[in-house]
This record gives sequence, C-alpha cells and structure tokens, in this order.
Amino acid sequence: MSTRPGQGVAGAPWQGHWKGSECCLFFCYACRLLSTAVLQSMTPAISIRNLYKTYANGFKALNGISLDVQQGDFFALLGANGAGKSTTIGVIATLVKKTAGTVEVFGQNVETHVYDTKLNLGVVPQEINFSLFEKVMDIVVTQGGYYGLPIKVAKERAEKYLRQLGLWEKHNQQARVLSGGMKRRLLIARALVHEPKLLILDEPTAGVDIELRRSTWEFLEEINKAGTTIILTTHYLEEAENLCRNIAMIDKGEIVVNTSMKQLLQTLNKELFVLDTYNHMTTAPLLNGFEVKLLDETSLEVALDKGQNLNEVFQLLSDNRISVKSMRNKSNRLEQLFVSLLHRPIDTSAAGAVK
Amino acid sequence: MSTYDGKTRLMLNSYIFIAYQTIVIKEVRRFLRIWVQTLVPPVITIALYFVIFGNLIGSRIGKMGGYSYMEFIVPGLIMMAVINNAYANVVSSFFSQKFQKSIEELLVAPVPNYVILLGFVTGGVARGLCVGLIASLISLVFSGVHMHNIFITAIVILLGSVVFSLGGFINAVYARNFDDISIIPTFVLTPLIYLGGVFYSVDTLPPLARHISQFNPIFYMVNAFRYGILGISDVSIGLSMGLLTLLTVVMFAFSLRLLYTGKGLRN
Repeated sequence: MSTRPGQGVAGAPWQGHWKGSECCLFFCYACRLLSTAVLQSMTPAISIRNLYKTYANGFKALNGISLDVQQGDFFALLGANGAGKSTTIGVIATLVKKTAGTVEVFGQNVETHVYDTKLNLGVVPQEINFSLFEKVMDIVVTQGGYYGLPIKVAKERAEKYLRQLGLWEKHNQQARVLSGGMKRRLLIARALVHEPKLLILDEPTAGVDIELRRSTWEFLEEINKAGTTIILTTHYLEEAENLCRNIAMIDKGEIVVNTSMKQLLQTLNKELFVLDTYNHMTTAPLLNGFEVKLLDETSLEVALDKGQNLNEVFQLLSDNRISVKSMRNKSNRLEQLFVSLLHRPIDTSAAGAVK
Repeated sequence: MSTYDGKTRLMLNSYIFIAYQTIVIKEVRRFLRIWVQTLVPPVITIALYFVIFGNLIGSRIGKMGGYSYMEFIVPGLIMMAVINNAYANVVSSFFSQKFQKSIEELLVAPVPNYVILLGFVTGGVARGLCVGLIASLISLVFSGVHMHNIFITAIVILLGSVVFSLGGFINAVYARNFDDISIIPTFVLTPLIYLGGVFYSVDTLPPLARHISQFNPIFYMVNAFRYGILGISDVSIGLSMGLLTLLTVVMFAFSLRLLYTGKGLRN
C-alpha cells in the first residue's frame, strides 16, 4: 500500500480511496487471516497416527492407534485394565517412548516441538506421584516453576486452583495428611497451574467417594466450558456417559469404537428395567413379546427392544394383576455396550465399575 | 527448539532459568527440611574424627609433611565430608523421586535435560559446601587457620562436589531399589576415600600400595585440596586439577546421555 497524493498515509479501505489492486490485496490478506484462524481452530487438540508401542518385555501395548480429539471436546477413552489407555497417555506426555507413529498436540509434533506441546498439555496421572512430605502449596508452585512461571504468578495460580478444588485450607500442610480424594484433586490442581489448553486425566476419580467425585465432575465441566479440551480415561462408565461428548474404546492396543456418545448409545438396542411390585411372585409372569426375569419375589427385570412400548408392559402386567410400586433403569447403558463390544464379563456390584 | 527467533529464544531462556531455580530451591529445601538426617550426622562424625584421630592418637604420631598430624588430616576430612554429602544428596533425592514417581513432574514439563542435571548437581554441591563449611568451622577449634591458595582450594572443592554429585546421579539412575543406592557408597566410595590419603601421606606406604593409590581419583582430590590449604601435596597439582576437570566433563556428558536415552526414567 503506497502513499497516495493528497493523502498523508495510506490507510484502511474506509480511509479514503483505494485502487482496485489494493482492495484486492487487502481482501486476500483478510481471507488469509481468517482462514488461518479457522484452520487453527479446526486443528485437532490431539492427533495420533499409527501409534505402536512394544515394551522391552515384548508386550505389545499399542497396535497402530489412530485417533483425533477436536478442540473444546470432552472426550472419553475407555478400555479394560491393560488395554493401552495409560500407555497412550504416557506417549503423549513423553513418559513412554513410542515404537512407531506420530503424536501431534494442536498440530505440533510432541517430539520436534517439545516446548510448545508441553506448555499446551496438562496430565493428571493415574497414580499419586507427588512427594508426600512436601507442602500442598509447594507442590503446585514448584510445578509452576518447572513451566517457567515466575514465583508470584505460580503462587497466584496455585491459590486459585487450590481454592477451586477445595484444598486451600490444607495448603500449608504436608501432602500426606490429605485424604485419598483430596490427593487426586491436588493432582488436578498441579496439572492446571500452567493453564494448559488440553487436560488429560487418567482415571481421576478412581477410589474417590461419590460426593467428591460429583464435585470433581462439576469442576471439569466448568473448565471444559471455559475452553479447555479434556480427555478422560475412566473405569466408571457412568462418568463417561454423563460428562463426555465423544468416545473411543480401546481393546488390546486397538481402537474398537470411535464415535459420539449419542450415536454410540443409539446403537444400544436393548434397555433393561427393574420393576418393584406389590405382589409376591414365585415365577416370572409371561408377558407376550417381552423378556422377563424374576429377580426376587417382588421384583422383575424386563428387557425392552428398540421400538417396543413401555405402556404395553404395564398393560400386560395389569392383565396379570400385578401392580408396580416403582421402576428404575437397570445399571448403566454404556456398561452394557462396553461388555457387548469388548466381550468381557463384568461385576455390576461395584457401582458400575468394570473390573 | 532451534526454529525459534531471537526474542522467543530469550523468553525461553528466562523460562529455563526459572525452571533451574525451582529445582535448586526444591533440592535445598529438601536437605534443610530433614537437617537431622542430612546435616547433623556428618558434623558429629567429623567432630569425632578430629577428637580421636587428630587429638588423642594424632599427638603420638608426630609430624607429617611438616605439619602436626591434626593439621595434616583437616583438609582430607573436610574434603571427605564434602564429597560424601554431595553424593548422598543427589543419590537419595533423585532415587526417591524416581521411586515415588514424582520425577514425572519434571519429565512432563518443558525442562531440558541439561537443566534437570544442573539442578540436581547444584543441590548436591549446595549440601556438600554446607557440610564442608560446618566441618571447617569445627576444625578451627582443633587446629589453626591455614590457607595456602584460596583459588585452588575453591576450585577443588567445587569440582570435587560436582564430580560426586554426578556420581550420585549416575548411581540413582541405575538403581532399582534402595539397596542399590547404599551398595556403591559402602563398598566403593568409603574404601576409596579411606585409601585416598585422607589420614596419611602416600610416602608412608610401601611402593606397591603407593602405586595402586595413583589409580584412586579421590587421592588426587584430597591432595589438591591439601595443597590449597597447606601447600603440600603427594602429586603434581597440575595433574590433579587436570584429572578433576576431565572427570567433571566426562561424568557430566555421561549423565546427560543417560537422561537423553531415558534410562530408568522413560519406558
């Protein structure tokens, strides 16, 4: 853009007259800026291609995993013990050396762009891995220091996240005095001190009581809404169903399912209901077209296929002079899918935990 | 990281310096927090050496190298305290962090390997110097003040503690359990220190033992340090300094290589 006669300095199109070529140039420039911005927002938060990992003892943990997680997503990575979830996270966090494949965080390779990828990434490990003899505050502030935060900023951030996670009262105590649930929340506060754009949590609520688990979920939902991409591995399938929008299931080092939670749940063609009745029964009543099981003398389990009507069930029960006291959905829907997809037996007694 | 422009590079350097500072503060805080285990035992040991060897037995030994026996052993005992503690600090701190996996805090962060190494070594040097200073103060009670060459004294004590911090680091990287971090100090380090001329001049040894002593790196450190304080040495001071520098460089390079290959740290 050259200086034009009678016009001190060339300005934007709304300041004076522009030649056609200048307008064209400006238009191209704007388009480029816009497309860069769009492309950047479309770059996946994580992009994994053909990832293989064979450990020194010959165990093949990952057999060619490819996976994309979009920015802003709340993503569940599910799998049984030893399926390869933690190995995948280990490779992303550079704690595990891959055998082959590539991992990109926000479009940058974790091996060639070490500094940027690590700044964008926060990891909450499965096991407690801070020194139990250090003070809670020191653990978080020290981690901030490793990411280059000046001490003042690190302290401010530590206070912010310790308060949000309900740990501020303990900030001056050694980490060993914290309860199991609090230790897990300290792991989250530590992972957030450098305010990463992507947070990966490896079973963040394992062994945490219901109340703390729920408040952890609320906290994670909040930071996800504020823009942080979250990847979660969990054994509690209820957790994944409640929180996550997209899901991948991993089995024996391979991705077996990678879809949206909604679509996945739609593929479920059977739903189980447990009905508590006023009547005492010795055998399950015959309800034409429905699968019925007697659980105990006052409760029945009814399986409903897609397209079947619950009203019909009640009609048939009325015909059999059985009156229903209450009704609930049996266990977790995702759990049924998980079992059918991975063909693994499960123990449903432990609040939906897959053993 | 070589693709960054000058300004970003400068910013990164300041981040990296903060990371280094953080590791050092953490290391110093650790040995100060457990001072009963880290600072008190060496002080008691050194005081006992001074009383028993220097004062009680030493008075019957007579002069060695032109100095009283007490004056002769002071530099060696201070050096012994420094290298023992530098080694112990890094080996126990790094191994326990590896053992309880808190080393992952550093490995997931964007901290270059050389900064991790420098941080731990500085922690070891800090404890070595701290104990060395206390030992020197105790020695004043038993012996007069000598300082032949402060420059050589400072260089030797610094390089000596760096070398043994690196030794502790290498030991910790290879260690798989707590036995492994006490085997080397007990079976290798202690004999080398005791046979390294802390308590005697090699002139008093038979020719074969004198010859063997020349393969002991601690022998050179003790003599160089004694030269700095008293001005006497069993070996050439140039050779001692050269060896010490070479050892520092080789061990630093080896430790850094261990970190880059992820030995014992990254699967």
